[in-house]
Amino acid sequence: MGTVRVKGIGASAGVAIARAQVWKKQVQKIGQEVKSPEEELARFKTACEQGLSGLATLYEQTRKRLGQKEADIFQAHMMLLQDPELIGPIEMLLAAGNINAEAAVQQVTGELASLFASLDGEYMRERAADIRDVGQRLLFCLQGTGTVWGNLQGSAREEKKTAPDSLIVVAHDLSPSDTAQLDTGLIKGFATQIGGGTSHSAIMARALGIPAIVGLGRALEQVEDGDLIVLDGTEGLFCLRPDEKELAFYEQKRADWLREKTRQARWAELPTVTRDGHRIELGANIGHPDECQAVLRVGGEGIGLFRSEFLFMNRDSMPDEEEQFQAYRQVAHDMNGKPVVIRTLDIGGDKELPLLNLQKELNPFLGYRAIRLCLDREEMFLTQLRAILRASHYGSVKLMYPMIATLEEWRAANRFLAEAKSTLTRAGIPFDPAIQVGLMIEVPAAALVSDLFAREADFLSIGTNDLIQYTLACDRMNEQISGLYQPFHPAVLRLIQLVIEAAHRHDRRVSMCGEMAADPLAIPLLVGMGLDGFSMNASSVLAARELINQLSFNEMKDLAEAALQLEGQEQVKALLLERTRN
Amino acid sequence: MREKQVVVHLPQGLHARPATLFVKTATSFSSEIGLIKGDKSVNAKSIIGVMSLAVANGESVKLTADGSDEEEALVALAAFLGQGAE
Repeated sequence: MGTVRVKGIGASAGVAIARAQVWKKQVQKIGQEVKSPEEELARFKTACEQGLSGLATLYEQTRKRLGQKEADIFQAHMMLLQDPELIGPIEMLLAAGNINAEAAVQQVTGELASLFASLDGEYMRERAADIRDVGQRLLFCLQGTGTVWGNLQGSAREEKKTAPDSLIVVAHDLSPSDTAQLDTGLIKGFATQIGGGTSHSAIMARALGIPAIVGLGRALEQVEDGDLIVLDGTEGLFCLRPDEKELAFYEQKRADWLREKTRQARWAELPTVTRDGHRIELGANIGHPDECQAVLRVGGEGIGLFRSEFLFMNRDSMPDEEEQFQAYRQVAHDMNGKPVVIRTLDIGGDKELPLLNLQKELNPFLGYRAIRLCLDREEMFLTQLRAILRASHYGSVKLMYPMIATLEEWRAANRFLAEAKSTLTRAGIPFDPAIQVGLMIEVPAAALVSDLFAREADFLSIGTNDLIQYTLACDRMNEQISGLYQPFHPAVLRLIQLVIEAAHRHDRRVSMCGEMAADPLAIPLLVGMGLDGFSMNASSVLAARELINQLSFNEMKDLAEAALQLEGQEQVKALLLERTRN
Repeated sequence: MREKQVVVHLPQGLHARPATLFVKTATSFSSEIGLIKGDKSVNAKSIIGVMSLAVANGESVKLTADGSDEEEALVALAAFLGQGAE
């Protein structure tokens, strides 16, 4: 069979080359043999006990390794495993005889899963997956193989003499059970048919630091156990049975990646400071509490942007105060005293939220979104503010509003905050009364009057993705005008400079959390302009720290001054390339 | 046996965390407890049963309890479902 190349979504960076291990969940053959009703019943009871104790272990391990929220899934599975609606019908089938425990488990969990799958809504379909997961666990216990995937990894390890010492897992999707148990000593990467960049498995891959591609579709059905696979998680490229030339190319790329990873790893322990002693705060952006582990691994100095949107997406109902509080508190707790900037709901524009039944708009980026929507949906906003305030009691939490355009919006948001505070005070619920509050500067109007904001805000954060598109009136999703989306346009640079100067005049710190903050070409310039903090994806932190530690602040100030005199993006880039080449 | 009609006041309905808590509460009583929505009746001690009813906020359901602590069970579970109701 020939080579197959597919492009998917690069969920976690890096290159892996290994033999495939295809994970199919419906692998076992269920035998017909029935011992006696009593014996089958006893086997089933033992399997339930084993399943429960396996889940209890998994719960503990996951809690330690990935956090409470991921672990909660296994507590729910334990509840399912003791459910009378599950146990009762199975026991009845067994008591009637003529059926063995495996077949009874498969029949009942299958029926229940179909029932949930047929109900409305994503939430119900997820419960169907949970029931199947639990059913699978019981089947593995009945067949004496313990945990769901443990046996697969185990058998691969036993065959080590003949088999390669590394594997790439290929699956339709990976459930929480699957990913929590991945043995990264053996599993070098994974590829799945479904899923997006923010899917559970993608987040886990980044947390574990192994390359992964998701959303590859049906092409994966051609993969068989033992097939050689190349996985380029950085490019999202999946290559099945590569030819010699390709293999050599990717082996080199993998070696480079590993060498670079090892070399960069030492930067995780070091502070971010220029050669001449200018300290920069280098944090990370996250979209899910579980990503904290990846941030800590690269020595992130805090969370510069926690996108709270994940809590609201892909679901049928709004998250209540308690659920939000738990998520925010987990991040505050995991970051162990390091600052965590939580951004209030930033939805609308390109980020849709079916839950809110928003109207289609002609110009969504200029429309009803972010803070505009929050100020209009009072109860939703107050709920989120209370949840964030409550979390502030458990760590160094800061609050940030997105897309503020006017001083009135900023003050209105703060009035809601004051109301949330007084509600909590009356209820005797603890929070940090001195919680720092800032805003994102991503609308040119806000940048131009940033001195007015700096007087009232504790900090400012520049969101470049939107600032660039609004400044140049260029929709960044529109490919026909992508040439106009220019981070180094003098107008953008001048606005950034204006914001930094205004903030410093009022003794406020200013950071940046857009994509520009991670661009190695932009970093020297931004350091020179006086930016106090950078926040980026965890995977960019080490490279950024290494770069900053090689810079001289004084030289970069000169560089920034020169760059700000130039006429256009091309000239600015040429200057930066020339100065950073040596 | 006793029964009680309750209007559910849970912002998310009887889903996810509330459903888990509801079942945990029901399990703490020795009485047989049922939850009825429309013509469908389920065991209130079963997370599968409770979730399959897909009870939304504002819906009316009936609780039934049969056993030595049926009174206490009805009071506790009705209070849980009616949370936030003024």
